[in-house]
Amino acid sequence: MKKLVDFTVVENTSVGAGCFLLKLHTKETLPEILPGQFVNVLIEDAGVLLRRPISIHYADSSNGELELLVKIAGKGTEKLSHIANGSSINILIPLGMEFTMPSKNDKVLLVGGGVGIAPLYYFAKEICKSGNKPTLLIGTRTSADIILKEKFEEVADLYYTTEDGSYGEKGYPTQHSILAKSYDRIYTCGPTPMMKGVAKYASEKDIFCEVSLENKMACGIGACLCCVQDTKEGHKCVCTTGPVFNINDLKWLS
Amino acid sequence: MAKLTVDINGLTLKNPVLTASGTFGYGIEYSDFVNLENLGGFIVKGTTLNPREGNPYPRMAETPSGMLNAVGLQNKGAQYFVDKIYPAIKNIKSNIIVNVSGSSVGDYVKCAEMINELENIPAIELNISCPNVKEGGMAFGTSCAAASEVVKAVREAYKKHLIVKLSPNVTNIQEIALAVEGAGADSVSLINTMMGMAIDIKSRKPILSTITGGLSGPCVKPVALRMVWQVAKVVKVPVIGLGGIASASDAIEFLLAGASAVQIGTANFIDPSITQKVIDGIDQYLNENGFDDVNQIIGLINK
Repeated sequence: MKKLVDFTVVENTSVGAGCFLLKLHTKETLPEILPGQFVNVLIEDAGVLLRRPISIHYADSSNGELELLVKIAGKGTEKLSHIANGSSINILIPLGMEFTMPSKNDKVLLVGGGVGIAPLYYFAKEICKSGNKPTLLIGTRTSADIILKEKFEEVADLYYTTEDGSYGEKGYPTQHSILAKSYDRIYTCGPTPMMKGVAKYASEKDIFCEVSLENKMACGIGACLCCVQDTKEGHKCVCTTGPVFNINDLKWLS
Repeated sequence: MAKLTVDINGLTLKNPVLTASGTFGYGIEYSDFVNLENLGGFIVKGTTLNPREGNPYPRMAETPSGMLNAVGLQNKGAQYFVDKIYPAIKNIKSNIIVNVSGSSVGDYVKCAEMINELENIPAIELNISCPNVKEGGMAFGTSCAAASEVVKAVREAYKKHLIVKLSPNVTNIQEIALAVEGAGADSVSLINTMMGMAIDIKSRKPILSTITGGLSGPCVKPVALRMVWQVAKVVKVPVIGLGGIASASDAIEFLLAGASAVQIGTANFIDPSITQKVIDGIDQYLNENGFDDVNQIIGLINK
């Protein structure tokens, strides 16, 4: 069940690297919200027409809580970054399909690049609840782009790569020495070249792998057919079939 | 509560609010947000005789007060609609209208014949105005001869209400409207999207995979309103107005200009519950302004 819900801004914090963390609350009853799903946010008076699709950083349906970790990318997100505490935001929630939950004994590797780490927090937290602790490998350009490190440390064993070597290992996530270990499941969200690299690694080792895509979209509910991804079964809407796709369903590896 | 029922040349709508093809899926996508049975009707995604994968991604670019799309009539074909989609929606008590498109007269006719067999589909909207397909589509809607030919052929094959959807990408919309009226259309709907384009100055490439696409949203409303007014003045069949309608106030402008009904399109993407708000807003406007029947305001500026 998808809903249009009015949330109130509880906290809006700049967290660095051009990103801000919105903590929202609603008194309305929320449907079940799963890791990997996203929302479509109405940003008023920003000179943009369409809602902005944003991944769910954290949600607690029973308490009416929602957190969004957003990178300023244009007029809409710029406007949203200045939203005052107490303001109301209309959100279409929840959209899309979730990550496939690993089993308790699976060795899980999450790979995030840039603001692509946003949905991995909620996912890692849910994995922890099952008594498992995932490994989270994060790639950024420099140490200055590392955000919310303490928060992520609570839910995952953290490893970093930076392109300039200023923190963690130098290079891209796909070059990190931690990949020499064996994993049962890999999940990734971030820039497409990074996700393609992760998909290639997973495929070569025959490891289950899901990626989260962010194609440009309009409706978010599978009506307009704008956000399609070319898959082995033809064009599929990222907003309804995705945003999470198994790499075997995409045409990335052929 | 004012009387909202309108008669579109024999097709009765419980209110003048329809949804525009391509923006409302098959209706069910919106069932979490709108009671579909409250709508005057809904027009489902463009359907072609054979399945179409549509155009490559990217297919959408947001523009000031609007958006460009180049979906290219992605659909699973008429047989799939008949076998899989129709059974899932046929019991919704509303006017379910199928938008029929094609790349040849023969394809249009075959597709219309298949839809003609579906008991709970009271009308088709013939799409002779899609700007996003290489063959056919808009080519049929931009010349009087071609428009007349395809409408005549479909008219013979299709026995129920035939709406013809017109393109704004023409020099004289009145001539095209008169041509399709003469060829047997029961009503006309306008406007489809306007051809436009957008360029990414960082990559120095067009944003859409097809370079050009169809512009919709509030930015096209003044043009759509002007064309609806022009067409309503010259044709005898009812006119269904669309183009950038995002509020009851917008819808009322179209009714005053001469539209007997309206379609909500792009606004569904921003507020999936907008259609009910427009219906309620029209009713409120009529009550507040001393009208007891929506038909009293249709074409009022021309009277």
